[in-house]
Amino acid sequence: MALALSRATRRKLASQVFVAVCIGAAALALLALSLIMFSLFTKGFGGMNLMVFTADTPGPDSAGGLRNAIVGSVIMCALAMMLAVVIGVLAGTWLSEIGGNSPYGHVVRFLNDVLLSAPSILIGLFIYELLVRPMHGFSAWAGAIALGILATPIVTRTTEDILNLQPNALREAGMALGASQWVTVRKIIWKAAGAGLLTGGLLGFARISGETAPLLFTALNNQFFSLNMNQPMASLPGVIFQFAMSPFDTWQELAWAGALLITVTVLAINILGRWIARDTDHK
Amino acid sequence: MAFNVTQAAKNGIAGVSAPLPKKDLADPIFRAVAFSAATLLLITLGGLLVSLVIGGWPALSTFGLGFFTSTTWNPATEVFGAAGPIVGTLLTAVIALAFALPIAICIAVFLTQFCPKIIAQPISTAIELLAGIPSIVYGMWGLFVFAPWFAKTIQLPLLLSVDPDSLWGKLFAGVPNGANILTASTILAIMILPYMAAVFRELFRSVPPQVREAAFGLGCTPFEVVSSVLIPYVQKGMIGVIMLGFGRALGETMAVTFIIGNAHGFPESLFASGSTLASTIANEFTEATGDLHTSALIALGLVLFMITFGVLAMARALLSSQRY
Repeated sequence: MALALSRATRRKLASQVFVAVCIGAAALALLALSLIMFSLFTKGFGGMNLMVFTADTPGPDSAGGLRNAIVGSVIMCALAMMLAVVIGVLAGTWLSEIGGNSPYGHVVRFLNDVLLSAPSILIGLFIYELLVRPMHGFSAWAGAIALGILATPIVTRTTEDILNLQPNALREAGMALGASQWVTVRKIIWKAAGAGLLTGGLLGFARISGETAPLLFTALNNQFFSLNMNQPMASLPGVIFQFAMSPFDTWQELAWAGALLITVTVLAINILGRWIARDTDHK
Repeated sequence: MAFNVTQAAKNGIAGVSAPLPKKDLADPIFRAVAFSAATLLLITLGGLLVSLVIGGWPALSTFGLGFFTSTTWNPATEVFGAAGPIVGTLLTAVIALAFALPIAICIAVFLTQFCPKIIAQPISTAIELLAGIPSIVYGMWGLFVFAPWFAKTIQLPLLLSVDPDSLWGKLFAGVPNGANILTASTILAIMILPYMAAVFRELFRSVPPQVREAAFGLGCTPFEVVSSVLIPYVQKGMIGVIMLGFGRALGETMAVTFIIGNAHGFPESLFASGSTLASTIANEFTEATGDLHTSALIALGLVLFMITFGVLAMARALLSSQRY
């Protein structure tokens, strides 16, 4: 009897220890998040001032800002998203509405998933071989296309998932009105899935706006303000990389300010995207 | 389909004349455009592979199989061997996985089994935000905050307390500056943790509640429910998640470039500097000294592609065989 009791106690104890370990694991992850955010805010606020937005990247040991990098990032990400949304939404629609169940559809879906988690630096190498080397020069176009290739699988995946959630009654209603598939998809399905598609786009945007690796050998970097898409262009992550690795205090301070800026932007877009998605879930 | 509405409309119902001609044109165009968008994804992946093979060919044909086995990486004499970065990549990814896996499982178990519903949502959102932080920020935090702390409170005391000739001494040998294999792996572990925890959570959610309730009904403790019912139930999917996390750790570039120390050659201990395939490319590509150097770096990219493609393909195959 005593033995049985001790066995029961032992099992109960093991279980309690396990629950405690699980709580500890979650606490550890939250701790990591708060530690990173804490250093980001304490170090980033030091370099944060109006100059960050109005002045261009400085030379070593002089004052300056990140204007050219911010503008460069916005331009390249915006162009990349245009590319990604057009191709991604069409490809996702094809997977969901037209050919997703054919053998070819399975292959496309599978390889899209692989592309989704492929190392981003390989995309940079690919665009270098495809555009930079033949044209003998780094350019903002190359950077934008590399980022676009990175975002397209994300948009494709979310588009397919969202369209699959739309009830078949909507498709049948469109057909019953004599509408062609194109009209049904455009005026009914895409409209019904609007919020979800927006979320997919936002998540894709959040992902690429922090990417450094694919820009290193495509858009390179540019110390000056430039709007010329055929020339190298500065980007926020690229400047952060260059400045953080440098031995100059002013550069490192700017790198932290840039890191704070980019993280807050990305997290805000992430939260916005989730909020839109959740808002429509409840309807 | 019992009654094809489109077909009926096309033929005209009850003898009404033919439908609008516009539709007949719009649909095939729409299908063709959507089809080409989907095909473009395939072409991208194919083009990626082809461009890496073409770009890396000069180096591969110069060094042959020796490229994969040699640890010499010397741009000055134009001798390139990839063994150091290959081992560094696999080593950091395996250590990162070893750190992240148990924690990710525990987080997912906590969120799906033990956590009150009200706080489960905010906690999982916070952990997912960890996945949103750009990799370059992890790199900066690792280099300026984590590495110095690690060197001072862990590496230095360990280095001083072990006998340098023992096995532990060899494992811990290195310059105590915090830029080493182990810190890089730790940062990688933090980065893959949220992805793995999120997929584990979805997997555990897919377990029918009856199965859990039956186990509880037999008198299982919560630990026994998790270890002998929940985890075996999602076994196949779990291997998929592990592969997915592994694939991410293999290809991660910027954070590792910051913190691994970028030393070529074979990593000699856990506390020695090393390099990975991705970090070598990121570090040297724009400063490559000659065509052969560039080609060797692209060949590293090809190796990385092969490894990650294999791992990711396996992960997706395992995950899709267990629908969740």
